[in-house]
Parts: sequence; structure tokens; C-alpha cells
Amino acid sequence: MKIRTVGRHARESLKNISRNGWMTFASVSAVTVTLILVGVFFVIMMNLNRVAQTIEDDVQIRVHIDVAANEKDQQTLKTELERMAEVKAVTFSPKKNELDNLVKSLGEDGKAFKLFEQDNPLNDVFVVKTKKPTDTMLVAKKAEKLNFVSKVRYGQGKVEKLFKFIKASRNVGVVLIIGLFFTAIFLISNTIKITIIARRREIKIMRLVGATNTFIRWPFFLEGLWLGIVGSILPIILISTAYYRAYDYIGPKLEGTFIKVLPFTPFVYQVSGILMLMGAVIGVWGSVMSVRKFLKV
Amino acid sequence: MIELQEVYKKYPNGVTAINGIDVRINQGEFVYVVGPSGAGKSTFIKMMYREEVPTTGTITMNGVNLAKLKMKKVPLFRRNLGVVFQDFKLLPTLTVYENVAFALEVIEAQPKYIRKRVMEVLELVNLKHKIKMLPTELSGGEQQRVSIARSIVNSPKVVIADEPTGNLDPETSWEIMNIFEEINNRGTTIVMATHNREIVNTLKHRVIAIESGRIVRDEQRGEYGYEN
Repeated sequence: MKIRTVGRHARESLKNISRNGWMTFASVSAVTVTLILVGVFFVIMMNLNRVAQTIEDDVQIRVHIDVAANEKDQQTLKTELERMAEVKAVTFSPKKNELDNLVKSLGEDGKAFKLFEQDNPLNDVFVVKTKKPTDTMLVAKKAEKLNFVSKVRYGQGKVEKLFKFIKASRNVGVVLIIGLFFTAIFLISNTIKITIIARRREIKIMRLVGATNTFIRWPFFLEGLWLGIVGSILPIILISTAYYRAYDYIGPKLEGTFIKVLPFTPFVYQVSGILMLMGAVIGVWGSVMSVRKFLKV
Repeated sequence: MIELQEVYKKYPNGVTAINGIDVRINQGEFVYVVGPSGAGKSTFIKMMYREEVPTTGTITMNGVNLAKLKMKKVPLFRRNLGVVFQDFKLLPTLTVYENVAFALEVIEAQPKYIRKRVMEVLELVNLKHKIKMLPTELSGGEQQRVSIARSIVNSPKVVIADEPTGNLDPETSWEIMNIFEEINNRGTTIVMATHNREIVNTLKHRVIAIESGRIVRDEQRGEYGYEN
């Protein structure tokens, strides 16, 4: 195809958008409404995922070292732990540290434990972080079998439940996003289809004067692209503004807690990019699929 | 040259619209296709611009066998053919100029040539002063003139017309016929389906009468032969 013809198609697609005023409005509105829904849901899901990730990352395995272990034994145990493929890092926490942490975590009541400072009954501990939080149980099981390990703690029972819950929520989220995505495709492509059905006569005439299918498809392809992009602008503005405000409001309140929301940048840019891409792809797909039906004259 | 050999057309609903037609139309001829409603005229015309394909038989136009023409090649074939319809079939959102230019744009003609050629044919149909108007702003006769201009802008060897005066008043119909005469005088073959008795009997040309899907009469300078 000649460059001149591509230019013609681009001009024609823009002209068609203004010529088919109400139909354009209907298509753009469908894109806008659907993308707002998808966008809002996506932002919520991503942030919930982030919270889940923070919780998961907080899970660690505490390997209590047998009091009988000397320095060499401890080093051997550390090496053995580090050698496990699922292990990311192993940190040593001496029993004095453990006692301090215990005292701190209990606040006023913890002061009573200060008496133990002379004869600390706690063990030295290796704090193990796994590469994948879900490997926690496996690593804990392996660690239990090693020499000079008195006990292994990772919040048995609770962690399994937590991981189960997070997995289930993620699955629900993915299903909902996929469902919403297909609803978006269905809604948008149907609106575009209606606008194209209104122009089927036009397509037939083009065929009758000798236009090839590619020649007919191009302006519709570009029209779908413009409609998708224009339709994504309002959702992007709305979601960015709302997220900025929400981040400003909620952010300071969550400080000091384990809950962390995704920072405004680059998250909002990523969401904007995804929404624009979705609008463009669905717009193009919707119009190309609809035109195809009328090209068999 | 157009040649139909042993052409039959049976629709999926069982109706046989064309029931064995053999005919030859030479370059530069003006042919009226007449017959009562439902006789098969429209199918005959539609097969000429490959909107319908014969069930059996061959249709050769400008050396192309339309019965075997692949869907992909149909647009290329139609570029060498002009088609005029009763309902004009103009693109409603394009101006007069754009409607005519469209037929040249699809073949990716040079913009300079498009401008020159479109103005030439619009002058022939006497619409040079209305190039910026939309079809809805024109009378029926004017719309048909735009349609004719579009059909000849590619300088086709053959123009097929399906009841081109069917929607027009007698005076306008004569204007349109004068344009067809002018086009035919320049060497273009015209095949026109019509119900207009007065035109057929006054502007004498070859008449092919179709009844029940068969040619029942083929006369040079013939008569319409039916009651309107």
C-alpha cells in the first residue's frame, strides 16, 4: 500500500468519526464506562495483591539452634540451610537479641523477663527467608531434620491458613479481572458492531466500485483505534486523580502498619498504559471483526 | 465483449432464476434487457457484475470468466466495469466530488489525475457546480447523474445499469438516457435492465427480452413489447 493511501485512510477514519457523531459517542461511551470499571477493579486488585505480598514477605522461618551446638556446628547448620534451593537468606540472631525482642514485644509486662538476662533460657536462632513464601512449609520440614536444630517455628497452622486465603483471593481476583475483560470486549465490540451495521450499505457500495477488503478495512481499523484511545482518556484521568487523592489520604494513615499501598508512580503510569492499550486493542478488534461480516459481497 | 454460455442460476430456496441463457454482446453495443417482474432480469444483471455466480455455465467479460473468478479478484474485475443502480447507491456521508473520486482512490490513482478526471466526468453529467453537496441535498436525477459519473470515471469498457430511470420522473429519465447515449457514443458497451417502454421504443437499440429465466426475444432496434 502506498504511503499516500495510508494518509488517505487516516484522514478518512478521522472524518468518519466526526460524520457518525452519535454512533461515535455511543462507542466512545461504551469504551469509557467499561474501562472505568476495569480500571477501578484493577487498581483495587493490584493493591490487595500488594498487601498480600507484604504479608507473605513477612513470613519467616525461625530455626532454633540446639544449646549443645558449638560455633563450628552452627556454621555447618548455616551452610546447610543456605544450600537449600528454596532459601533466599539466612541471618543469625543470638539469644540475647531474641530476649530483647521478646521483652520489647511484650511492653510493660516484658520487664519481668529482664530477670533472665543473667541466665538466658532462649536459643540462638537462624532466621530463614525463602525465595517463594509458599516454600516456607517445605523448608521448615527440611530444616527440622538437620543436626543441632532444637525446633523450627514459622507460625504453624496460621501461615498455612493465610497462604490458602491469599491464594483463594488471588484466584477470585484473576477470575473477576478475566470476566470483566471479556465483558469489556463484548460490550465495546457490540457497540462498534451496531455502528458498523448502520454502515453496511456503505461497505457494500465500496465493494461494488472495486475496493479491496484491505482498502475497506483500513479506515475502520483506524477508527476502532481512535475510538479505543479516545475512550480510554477519561478513565485514565479519573483513575489517576482518584488514586492520587486516595493515596494522599490513606498513605499517612497506613504508616507504621504492615499494609502498604502501591506508590502513585509508576503504578498510575502502568495502569494508564494498560487501559489505553486495552481500549486500542478492543476498539480495533471490535471494528475489524464487525467489518469482516460485510465483506463477502 | 460479453458472452454467456449455457447459464443457469438456481437459488438455494429452489427458485430457478436463469434457465439456460446463451447470448453474446459485442463491444460498443447498447442493449436493453426487458421482461416482466420476476423474469430473471435482476439476476442476469447481478451476474454481470459478479454479485451472483451462475450455478452452471460460463460468463465471460473482457476475457474474464466470472463463474470461476475468485472472491479475492472480484474487486479488480469491478474496477474495469461501471455499475449504475436504481437506488443510486451513493455513499451518504461523502460529497458529490468525493463519491466520484472514491472509485479512483480505490485504485490508488495519482491525486492530480483524480482531480482532473473527476471534474471531466462531472462536467459530462453537468454537475460541476454541485461538487461540494451531499447526496441528500440533491434531487433524484442529480443523484443518478453522480452515480453515472462514478461508473464511468474509471473509463470502463462496459457499463451495467439496473433500472437507472426506475425512480425518476419522465423528464429526468430522458436527461439520464441522453447521458447514457453520450457514453455509448464514445464506445462504451451499455447493458441496461429497464421497465421504461417509452425509452425503449424511442431510443432504439438491441432488445433482449427475458421470461421465466430464458431469452424469448433478441432483436436489433427492437420494441419494448410489454404493457407497462
